[in-house]
Amino acid sequence: MSSIAKKKGFGASLWDYLTTVDHKKIAILYLAAGGLFFVIGGIEAMLIRIQLAKPDNDFVSAGLFNEIITMHGTTMIFLAAMPLLFAFMNAVMPLQIGARDVAFPFLNALGFWLFLFGGLFLNLSWFMGGAPDAGWTSYASLSLASEGHGVDFYALGLQVSGAGTYIAGINFLVTIINMRAPGMTYMRMPLFTWTTFVASALILFAFPPLTVGLFFLIFDRMFGGNFFDHTMGGNTIIWEHLFWIFGHPEVYILILPAFGIFSEIFSLFSRKRLFGYSSMVFATVLIGFLGFMVWAHHMFTVGLGPTANAIFSVATMAIAVPTGMKIFNWLLTIWGGSIKVTVPMLYALGFIPSFVAGGVTGIMQAAAPLDYQLHDSYFIVAHFHYVIVGGVVLAILAAVHLYWPLMFNQMLSEKLGKWTFWFFFIGFHCTFFIQHFLGLMGMPRRVFTFGADQGWDTFNLISSLGAILMAIGVIILVVNVIITIVKNEKVGNDPWGDGRTLEWAIPQPIPFYNFKQTPLVRGLDTFWIEKQEGNKEGMTYAEPLSDIHMPNGSIIPLVMSFGLFVASFGALYNGEKDWAIPVLVLGLAITFASMAIRSIKDDHGFHVHKEDILKNEGGNK
Amino acid sequence: MDFNTKYTPQSWPDHPEQVTLEGKNKFLGFWLFLAGETVLFSSLFATYLALKNKGPSGMEFSTQTLFELPLVFVMTMILLTSSLTSVYAMYHMKNHNFKGMQTWLAITVILGIAFLCLEIYEFNHYVHLGFTYGQSAFSTAFFTLVGTHGLHVAIGLGWIILLLIRNAKRGFSLYNAPKYYTASLYWHFIDVVWVFIFTVVYLMGVVG
Amino acid sequence: MSHDAHVYSKSQTEYEYTRRVRREAMRGQVTTFAIMIFLTLIAFSAVAAGFSEYFIVPILLLLAAIQVVLQLYYFMHMSEKNHGMAAFFLYSGAILGFTLFLTFLTIVWWN
Repeated sequence: MSSIAKKKGFGASLWDYLTTVDHKKIAILYLAAGGLFFVIGGIEAMLIRIQLAKPDNDFVSAGLFNEIITMHGTTMIFLAAMPLLFAFMNAVMPLQIGARDVAFPFLNALGFWLFLFGGLFLNLSWFMGGAPDAGWTSYASLSLASEGHGVDFYALGLQVSGAGTYIAGINFLVTIINMRAPGMTYMRMPLFTWTTFVASALILFAFPPLTVGLFFLIFDRMFGGNFFDHTMGGNTIIWEHLFWIFGHPEVYILILPAFGIFSEIFSLFSRKRLFGYSSMVFATVLIGFLGFMVWAHHMFTVGLGPTANAIFSVATMAIAVPTGMKIFNWLLTIWGGSIKVTVPMLYALGFIPSFVAGGVTGIMQAAAPLDYQLHDSYFIVAHFHYVIVGGVVLAILAAVHLYWPLMFNQMLSEKLGKWTFWFFFIGFHCTFFIQHFLGLMGMPRRVFTFGADQGWDTFNLISSLGAILMAIGVIILVVNVIITIVKNEKVGNDPWGDGRTLEWAIPQPIPFYNFKQTPLVRGLDTFWIEKQEGNKEGMTYAEPLSDIHMPNGSIIPLVMSFGLFVASFGALYNGEKDWAIPVLVLGLAITFASMAIRSIKDDHGFHVHKEDILKNEGGNK
Repeated sequence: MDFNTKYTPQSWPDHPEQVTLEGKNKFLGFWLFLAGETVLFSSLFATYLALKNKGPSGMEFSTQTLFELPLVFVMTMILLTSSLTSVYAMYHMKNHNFKGMQTWLAITVILGIAFLCLEIYEFNHYVHLGFTYGQSAFSTAFFTLVGTHGLHVAIGLGWIILLLIRNAKRGFSLYNAPKYYTASLYWHFIDVVWVFIFTVVYLMGVVG
Repeated sequence: MSHDAHVYSKSQTEYEYTRRVRREAMRGQVTTFAIMIFLTLIAFSAVAAGFSEYFIVPILLLLAAIQVVLQLYYFMHMSEKNHGMAAFFLYSGAILGFTLFLTFLTIVWWN
């Protein structure tokens, strides 16, 4: 296999992406698929806001409204936010630690295809008899009573895509532990790598309970189980515990990488070393640990008793301490810096007040007695949109602008980027700030409409107008992306001019083996150090030029995931259609057969020869 | 040194599973997977304990009337012994004795199959008593917990058999050593889970 | 990456020495196995003997814990070096698992 990229036809490029195990290409796949689901989830959000724009609206029916809110939440969390963050983890993390690929390139591809097929399966529910309608939390009493196949689609689809996430988590952990370049000690890792590490550890421990919970739901609904049916001795609270033991760490799986992205941005565009690096690392680990000890704060009103409520209340408030440390460290990074207000920096500056607002309302809800008042009201909706949109989505949008040049060797337009930011940012506060007051005025979540005499119409209208501003912001971003791709102006490495970490030091376009020689890391912000010392290459090397061992591409991950996709249909129609069990068996057979082929067929990868690397180098200059 | 290098007992490394980067990654990745499995089985155990003996009112089945210890004792002995045989297999792997390793793994497989047959017999017996999967929350939780362990045994057997057949004529290499090693780790982990099952489900069930 | 390790051939003495060390370690493994069988026997016979529940349950759990530690540290070689990360993650998982037990035995809201 030659290392030199040639102009390829459409079929060949498509095949290349279907079989790729290259982390940079998988990152692009995650970005595209996550972006698609983000748009779908966004359209669902718009439908919600149109329905709620005026009282007694009949734009959608009550049943359809339930399906829309369920799919909006599920899609945004599982199919948009996480995959988009995975896109940046894949694209950036191996480069930041000086690795040629992730630890398990094959599993990396498998994780992506599982996610994609799970997501497609879940969204097919729209065309196959109705989407899930029991809320994204799918509480058992409600989901067992839900008619049709919607909740089945939810359970099976999330099971498949959850398996993909779990695999990705293990993969990132092993990559960071085993594949750091010489000199890249733990305490020299960039913050984005650190947050990826902790988020992956959370995935490792949070997804098994979700898997178990979803299996229980599948067994109860499709195979005659009794986990949650109280007439048979079951217990519906078990689902709530399992869901939130997963669900709360999930929030940190999302927000920690977002913190990582903002840490990179603050340091990059303040042109200063990150303030309090070691305390940032400590805070990240502490948040990860505490994240597992607070899940029952979602269940204060279940009636767990005052002791349990008090314990979880205190633990929840404790998380504010490491988070506060981070906020102050970011402020002190900006302090006295030579600040460049680029688009990513704008998002970072907008993030701090937005996220702090979300954190403060979080502390309010952590107080169990107050939570009894706020529970299930729009105050909760406002709170979690402030942390998820104000934290995670702003980080994703910032990262799209920040890492676009790294992933595509092009620069998104700064001008259009600023338009996107202002529309989105103003629209976001307009939509959700007012929802705090709607909650305090008593408007419950998940209602499909409200009466004109309840006094909520003006605030709801304002909220809906804000949502339109956000949509305009996203449309401008899409236009920006299209224009940039069509223009296709190459920008080379370190386009921001102030790159501090290894990923900016690699020549563009990044060769598929990333580093022709493994770099030697000489400190935190290693590229910055090399630049300060006038090193034109930007890297000191730890080894002489020699042959590079790389993995082969493979179609098997796609086939393996497709097998589970097929099997899911079999499970879904179990006991209803004659072909259900044969299809289930067929799907599992495809998956296990492809696993066996993967195991039997030796795959030693291939070597890129020294001469080719040198030739490649010449070609790029 | 390559994956195809042939080794003698003298040149065979002390930790053949961790010489190559691929081997190191597999080794660590598999341990992390086992850490995740720990949480998975903890969830199943916790659910079982919460639903133990719970069923529709007037349910005749309980842990005390249902379980028979002699069968469980035999199953436990078989699985513990299979754990030792796979230790022997790894001992021979480190000594670069391919035949020895294959033989001991084959014995492990036979013991595993025996265990699985007994488990199927046990489940079948319960179903004939009327203790079916959907009989009560207790039965659902019991079959799911013990059945998930049984599924792990079956997957482990398939994996080891595949390794035995695939490498029968090839001998050791640094490519397959990590595979053998992780398969044996998996087998030991199955045993760890079983220790908790026979203690928490069966013994503590009979006690009350 | 994979090709930068070098083949090293042991001298005869060195080779015999490692063989002996391994043989002794294997003998230790067999002893471990004997202990595990013994612990299992105690557990089963304690239940068969029908002692009080409050006496037996803690003992059963203790025996199980010992057996798992033996399995992990000897059969799965966790006592050898290079297992730091593995142990860290396994114990983290175990602690979370224990929290789950505790939760499901106390606050699943039965009454």
